[in-house]
Formats: sequence, structure tokens, C-alpha cells
Amino acid sequence: MIDEKKALWIYKTMKEIREFEETAWTLFTENKLRGSVHLYTGQEAVAAAICSQLTDEDYITSTHRGHGHCIAKGARLDFALAELMGKATGYCKGRSGSMHIADFNKGNLGANAIVGGGLPIATGAALAQKMQKKNHVTVCFFGDGASNQGTFHESINLASVWKLPVIYVCENNEFGMTVPVSQSTSVRNISDRAKGYGIPGETVDGNDVEAVFDAFARAKERALRGDGPTLIECKTYRWRGHWTGDPETYRDREVTEEWREKRDPISLFRTCLKARNLVSDAALDAVDTAVAEEMRKAVEFAESSPEPDAAHVMDDVFYEG
Amino acid sequence: MAVISYAQAIRKVIAEEMRRDERVFLMGEDVEKLGGVFGTSRDLFKEFGTDRIRNTPISESAIVGAGLGAACAGMRPIAELMYWDFAFVCADQIFNQVCKTRYVFGGNAIIPLVIRGQQGTGRGNAATHSQSVESIFMHIPGVKVACPATPADAAGLLRTAIRDDNPVCFFEHKALYITKGEVPDDPEFSIPFGEAVIRREGSDVTIVANLLYVSRALEAADELAKDGISAEVIDPRTLVPFDYETVEESVRKTGRLVVVHEAHQVNGWGAQVITEVGKRAFRYLDAAPIHLGAKSCPLPFNLALEQAVIPSVKDIVDACHAVSYR
Ligand SMILES: Cc1ncc(C[n+]2csc(CCOP(=O)(O)OP(=O)(O)O)c2C)c(N)n1
Repeated sequence: MIDEKKALWIYKTMKEIREFEETAWTLFTENKLRGSVHLYTGQEAVAAAICSQLTDEDYITSTHRGHGHCIAKGARLDFALAELMGKATGYCKGRSGSMHIADFNKGNLGANAIVGGGLPIATGAALAQKMQKKNHVTVCFFGDGASNQGTFHESINLASVWKLPVIYVCENNEFGMTVPVSQSTSVRNISDRAKGYGIPGETVDGNDVEAVFDAFARAKERALRGDGPTLIECKTYRWRGHWTGDPETYRDREVTEEWREKRDPISLFRTCLKARNLVSDAALDAVDTAVAEEMRKAVEFAESSPEPDAAHVMDDVFYEG
Repeated sequence: MAVISYAQAIRKVIAEEMRRDERVFLMGEDVEKLGGVFGTSRDLFKEFGTDRIRNTPISESAIVGAGLGAACAGMRPIAELMYWDFAFVCADQIFNQVCKTRYVFGGNAIIPLVIRGQQGTGRGNAATHSQSVESIFMHIPGVKVACPATPADAAGLLRTAIRDDNPVCFFEHKALYITKGEVPDDPEFSIPFGEAVIRREGSDVTIVANLLYVSRALEAADELAKDGISAEVIDPRTLVPFDYETVEESVRKTGRLVVVHEAHQVNGWGAQVITEVGKRAFRYLDAAPIHLGAKSCPLPFNLALEQAVIPSVKDIVDACHAVSYR
């Protein structure tokens, strides 16, 4: 169950992600950001509801659409934005940009620009947790498209056989780039694939914080009991194009508008909190103001940060003590 | 002759070859409505239908492996990898299957398969989307390797690739797609594999370069001319087969050799060229050849860092000065 404290945390996290993504969008259109930038706007409920149940000891692996996971797993907006701008003060010294960002200190094993690349890594992190008898879990975020990679099959089968404490979270936002799921994927519900691995699979409304929260709570409990992995499919929608610059000719603008207007996970959560009388509107408004201020400072920080020094470009290829 | 872009040249040849031979088809991620990330198949589904311009799931092993299977069974597939970096996702299908099928089955198979895609730096795509990986495909025997540097070469080499009865890995560079040049209208225009081209004649030093580095080598040659050094620039165009003769002949004349590519320097294809020239023309060399390539670290996101990892025009100029002792 979501209590008041968790509710506030989730709300704040969703707001942070939204502000961050929309700021990134603006910066991109102003030519202050470059490279491949994939925005998470519209999917905030998934990262926030799930990461609200994780500690720094729990791991996640993320994707090319990873800013949301990164922030929900504890990243600071300023260091994250600095990374997107390739600055020396960024989480990865300006080497990663949007697609390879990580903060191992927070249990974030990284975004992954290879579709499906994170699934085996999450599986291995869970293996380590099990071998070390740690009472923690690993969450593997990936897209619908990634579920068609060989790594999906290999990883989930392995995790099932070895009963690893990993939760596979598929964010089905209806498209893999320009290709609709119906054209690329053999099942309507990706969670159906769980059957093939002898594990529970569940499809939930990914824009409904409570639904995602509860499904994850069950999966986490199962993982901690030693019963193995779960596959959760969160049906959601990305508001922005696949990448910043996507002409979006492959989908209906009206459908996108409808998702924005009727299925905004943040407004839906606000309504839900009101109905439950859990957090006051005033408290939520205060969060909005604080997050806007945090974002403003992050932009200031990132813009005024120094560029990395090319003299260190060869550092970190190997660990040298 | 029409002036068209490198991307348009590729699209043109795919379309012409598909018209000519119904066994030719294209499959890959987002090749249909999007027409590929760089428009190399834009609108082709309108003419050929989605049966022959086929969107695939994000499943590189299946894309390449199905290409191999379809080729063995009588089709002439063009399998597109959105980025050549993703070849590592399907490395087994390429290196253990495509490369070896004909040989291990005692010559049973004919494999008219083209695997094509783009690679390289310049768009801030960072470590897993900016590599230049063509050298590896020269290292593992069994595939031909083409690397066009101009729109005309893209057209001529791609036609040869599609008509070849062997698997061909076709490396396009993302920064070249928007470059323009004259391309013959003739739908039979092709360029044979294994024929290097001399992009600029010179007498003092030979520069061998491919893909994006052909234009950088030409820039360097302009600089060098100001210093009174006459550089000859050779573009091998295909790495397998490789036209060592043209390079050898040039080195016999100039006595000096610089090889430059965006691929990592260590064990990059330039090392093979220098080995071969050493064998063929050692006594003509007046200086130890210089081999330039990307530093031994992954490609960083930040633009200045990325530039620091790959060779600059100045690096090429300096290398030519060094082998010329002036
Ligand atoms: C191995 C690999 N293949 C292709 C790509 C290019 N690509 C990047 S994102 C993407 C779509 C991914 O779809 P999905 O997994 O559903 O995630 P979403 O973008 O919808 O969040 C593709 C094809 C890639 N980065 N890696």
C-alpha cells in the first residue's frame, strides 16, 4: 500500500522526471543538447512506482529511454543534465550522454543503448545478490521491442531455472521506433510470454501508479521469498517521438493527444491522491514549485559546468588502482 | 549523370536491383515507413510492397540469420543493420554462420547476401553507436567488405554487392549520407570489387584512407601542397578483396606511406596494408610507414572528446611530414 510518505516521494519523482524530460526537449530544440535523446515523458508512473520500493542496495538496469529510471533511482537532476550536455561534471564525465548514463553508487547499473542489452546484466546482478545471500532485488527495465531480442529469452529462462531475485519490467509503449507492436510481436500481451518460462506474468496499466506499485510489490515479495523472477508488462505510451526530431508519421496525433489529455500519469495520480485523501493539494503544489526550482538550478549548473579535458580521454579504460 | 546524395545513391540502386531481379528484397528495422534512419529506403515500400521492403522486429540475429537462410534457399536478400555496432548482437550469425557456410559445406552453398548498415562518428551517438568496425570483417575470412566514400562509389559498389554470389558486408558512414556527387544514371553502372581508386595523384607520399577519411586525407593533401609536399591519396574501396597492387605501385613512386582510418588503430586494417607493402616494396620505402586510427578507448559522447579519439586532418598532415623528414 502507498502511504503518505511514499505518495509524496512518487509524486515528486514523477514531477522531476517530467520537468527533466521537457527541459531536455527544450534544450535540444535550442541546440544545447545533441546526440540521441529518447524522452520518457508519459511513462513516469512506471519508474516512480517501482523505484519507490527500492533501496540503493537494489539494482536496476535501464535502456536508451533511461532518464526516468535514472532519476527514480536517485540521480540528481543537475549531474544528470550535465551528462546529457557532455559536461565534465556529469555522472559519467561527459562520456555517456543520454544513452549510457549510470550511477553505480545508487544501484543504477546503467542505461543501455543496445536494445535488449540490459536483460542479461540484470540477471547477473540478481545472481550476485542470490550468491551473496543479500535480501535485495534487481529490476530490469526494457521496452516492448527488446522482448524480441534473443537476450530476453536467454535471460528469463536462466533466471527462472536459477530462481533469481529479478523482476523484468517491460514498458510497452506500443512502438519500437516506428514499428507498432502488433507488427513486430507475436503476442498481444507480452506478459503472456512468462508462461514459456514457467514464471508469473502480469499486465498492468502502466499509467496507474497504484496498479504498477501493487504488481511490483507482489513480484518483489516473490523474489525475496526465493521463488524467482516475475515478468510485469506495463502498458503505457510515450508522448514524444521516439527520438527528438522524430517526424512521427507512423502514428496518429489524435491518439497521442488523447493519452496526454486523459491518461497523464501525473494528473491521474493527483486525482487518486485526492480521492484517497492522502496528500493535500497544497502539499502537491509545494512539490511542483520545489521541483521547478530544482530544475532551474540544474540547468544553471549544467550550462555553467566546464567541458571535459581531452587529456583524460584515455582514463578509465582499465582500472589501475 | 545526376548529382545526388550518398543516401539517394544507395536508395536508387536498391530500387533498380529490385526492379531487375525479383529475388532481391530488403529487410531490417524501420526500413518500411521510416525508410531507414537515413532514408536509404524512403518510400520504396510504396513501389515494392511490404513483402519486399520488410520491417523486422528488433532481432539482429534473426535479421542476419534469416538473410543467410533465404540466400541459401534462392533469394538475394539485403539485410540491413541500423548501426554496424549491432553486428556484435548477431556476431554468431555473421562470423560463425555467414562467413563459414559455403566453405564448411564443401562449396555446396551459394550465398548472395548483402549485409549493410552505417557506422562511424559525427552525430554524438557515443560508445555503442559510433564505432567503425570494418577491420574485424577483414580479419574473419568468408565475407567481402566494401566501404564506399562517395555517392558514385556507393552506387557502383552496392550494385556489385547485390549481384555478387558471395556474402558482402557493406559499410556506409553516417556522416557521408548527405554528401553529394555525380552518379551515372545507367542502371547497369557498377564498380568491380578489388579496384582501388587514386583520388589525387602525388609524388612524395602515399596516403591510404577509406570512408570519411578519404575526404580528410584530401584535405590533408591540400595542406601538404602548401608546404611543397605532393601527396597521393588512395581509396581502396573494398577491403576484401584488397587492391594491394595500386598501393604498392604508388609506394614504389613515393617511397612513403601513411594509412589512416576511423577504425581503431590497433589491429585496424591499416596494419595489414603496411605488412603487405613491407613485403612487396620494402626496399622502396624511405621511411617507416605510419598508421593512424582511433585511440584504444571507446568513443565518448562529448564532441571534443570524440574528436580527440579519432585522427584529425592535422594528424594526417603531421604524419606525412614525419615520413618525409620535413
Ligand atoms: C540492438 C539494437 N538494435 C536496434 C537499435 C535501434 N533502436 C534504438 S531504440 C529502438 C526501439 C526500441 O523499442 P523498445 O524496446 O520498445 O523501447 P522504446 O524505445 O519504445 O522505449 C531501436 C530499434 C538499438 N539501439 N540496439
